[in-house]
Amino acid sequence: MAEHQAHSAVIDPLAHQFDDLEQQHEASNFGMWIFLATEIMFFGGMFTAYTIYRHEYFTAFAAGSHLLNWKFGATNTAVLICSSLTMALAVHSAQTGKRRALVAFLILTILLGMAFLGIKLTFEWSRDWNENLIPGQLVAGHPFAPHGEVLKQLQQAHADLPHVELFMFFYFAMTGFHALHMVVGIGLLTVLTVMAWQGRFSPQRFNPVEGSGLYWHFVDIVWIFLFPLLYLIGGIS
Amino acid sequence: MSTATLEPSIETHVHYLNVSYGIKSWLLTTDHKRIALLYLASITLMFFVGGSAAVLMRLHLIEPQGGLVEPETYNKLFTMHGIIMVFFFLIPSIPATLGNFLVPMMLGARDLAFPRINLLSWYLYIIGAIFTLSAIAAGGVDTGWTLYPPYSTSYSHTHVVMAALGIFIAGFSSILTGFNFIVTIHKMRAPGLTWFRLPLFIWAHYATSVIQILGTPVVAVTIALLALERMFHIGLFDPSVGGDPILFQHLFWFYSHPAVYIMILPGMGVMSELITCFSRKRIFGYSFIAFSSVAIAVLSFLVWGHHMFVTGQSVYAGLVFSALSFMVAIPSAIKVFNWMATLYKGSISYDAPMLYALGFVGLFTMGGVTGLFLSSLAVDVHVHDTYFVIAHFHYIMVGGAVMAYLGGVHFWWPKITGRLYPDGWARFAALVIFVGFNLTFFPQYMLGYLGMPRRYAVYPAEFQVLNVMSSAGASILGIGYLIPLIYLTWSMRYGKVAGPNPWKAKGLEWTTPSPPPTENFEETPVVTEEAYAYSIEEA
Repeated sequence: MAEHQAHSAVIDPLAHQFDDLEQQHEASNFGMWIFLATEIMFFGGMFTAYTIYRHEYFTAFAAGSHLLNWKFGATNTAVLICSSLTMALAVHSAQTGKRRALVAFLILTILLGMAFLGIKLTFEWSRDWNENLIPGQLVAGHPFAPHGEVLKQLQQAHADLPHVELFMFFYFAMTGFHALHMVVGIGLLTVLTVMAWQGRFSPQRFNPVEGSGLYWHFVDIVWIFLFPLLYLIGGIS
Repeated sequence: MSTATLEPSIETHVHYLNVSYGIKSWLLTTDHKRIALLYLASITLMFFVGGSAAVLMRLHLIEPQGGLVEPETYNKLFTMHGIIMVFFFLIPSIPATLGNFLVPMMLGARDLAFPRINLLSWYLYIIGAIFTLSAIAAGGVDTGWTLYPPYSTSYSHTHVVMAALGIFIAGFSSILTGFNFIVTIHKMRAPGLTWFRLPLFIWAHYATSVIQILGTPVVAVTIALLALERMFHIGLFDPSVGGDPILFQHLFWFYSHPAVYIMILPGMGVMSELITCFSRKRIFGYSFIAFSSVAIAVLSFLVWGHHMFVTGQSVYAGLVFSALSFMVAIPSAIKVFNWMATLYKGSISYDAPMLYALGFVGLFTMGGVTGLFLSSLAVDVHVHDTYFVIAHFHYIMVGGAVMAYLGGVHFWWPKITGRLYPDGWARFAALVIFVGFNLTFFPQYMLGYLGMPRRYAVYPAEFQVLNVMSSAGASILGIGYLIPLIYLTWSMRYGKVAGPNPWKAKGLEWTTPSPPPTENFEETPVVTEEAYAYSIEEA
């Protein structure tokens, strides 16, 4: 039996528990939606906490928003939307059985995903590091201690520093969990690229591409909510 | 678990237990029935670990000044009891064992929709258990299972992060089980098996799964935030820098109240199967029971605030949460009344599973009605954080969920192992458990009403009589749980061969040999009748 299963996983596209490919396809698609529902609840906890503190410490959160550079956020939004397009094109290529296009679009999506992470890391997080904006003792010996221009800006806004620190924590926690999801997504797409190159997908069997596509779009949508919440609604300065 | 396999010489057919042997065939299995047994072994172990903590606590509380352990150790004991019993026994109990075994069989399917994810869920459970057990071995946790900050984040010197990590990981195992069930129930029903022909066990598991996938991620992120707060002192839940500890309680109970229904709903599903089979009647009010499961799942998400009547939430929020909590009693009562109506003029036999089922009805009702006391704002102020609360939720969790679990294990044991257990012993154990349970927890209602607070290692001398009664009951209860462990293990090798349907029960799982073959059915069954098509004449 175990042998039969191993065999079916590699060559036979129909797993033994399903009656036909259609049932398998529906099940895996539906499963992905259910999984995304759990993801919404996972991020939902943080969105709720963010909303409550934003209401409580409005001034500090608005001042915290001004510390972020909306131009980088906007660029990254554009990058991610483009990656969603290439991902959708990849799914379409898989559906229509175009192997080369599928590989190309997957690689393009991976590159755009990496560009997003690159922009975040080099232009945003590294600046926060230099300005000592890392909250708490997240990094040992590198406490939250805004200085110079940044400190002056916060003082002018009459923002309580501990509450700005709270904002920075939400900023790092939410974009951090989002970035973690991006990394997982890039990993998934890399595996898919290899599988696509080997010709493992066909118009009859492209569930993994479609499922990963749904996941990728979901991660994009999370960012679509994060961007205005963190960067914009304090008012662009 | 490899010792659980039967001698193939006795059983002539090839089934899921004798199809292959060796440790690898178990640890790498994707068969939902074998995974159910892996879970059964693991949660049984955790049950006795968590239970031993309870025994130590009850022994300690025989003396008003506490006779056995240091107060610090006592704090660690009740924390360990709570964390293990809630996250590592009750939540996986029925869904991961009986549910795993039966959901595909009741649907006429060969397996769950995602067998490898099912195995992954067991491994996540084991990893989570290892983390939590190592936190205990390294010195324990003393925050209580609720992990309230700022104590848990700033002041406790125990291994909070490790235990929290264990809960976090085990949460994902629960999510994956629910996820698998939902997809399987939607997409893999046998031909003719419409939604309203489904056994109520399936409806209950469907409702449970919805809570698992929507609630568990919230507690996961909450516990992740708690761990970050403890490690890096960000101030998220620390009032001294503007953080809000009550926010933690909101997020925590947003999951942990629905989690109560993760624990009890599958038990209600088991109940519907047992009551119909042993009264030889079709269920009374099928659709009411089915929809009351869904109603409980929906309402469960709207009542979390009743844990926080005295922790500083607004009175108006308290009023709303109180009213909503009363509403949960309606679908719960619908179930109880329908079971009673099913018994009416039935041909009732008192086999061991039925004894557990009848015990469930009485104990769950008592637990439920005292829940109404607690959801009344004024009464709650009086009994909040007393033994009254302890007694209330143990009547639901032990008197309800564990009774149903044991009833279910006894009912489907012949299907799982192909063997019968000694019936006399099983009935005897059911009675011992019932007596021991009531002697343990009924005095706690009185203690709580008289004002004895929970989580205290010492108490005034006037409470001693009731405490001694409770401790005596706990020792009876402990022995009651050991008896089934012994005879069920014995029966795996020496029990009488059961045959496919020893109870003459309805349901697809009884139409296939015991133990079932790996793919459950020789050929996919076609369903032509409603569930529970019993008739008294056949009995």
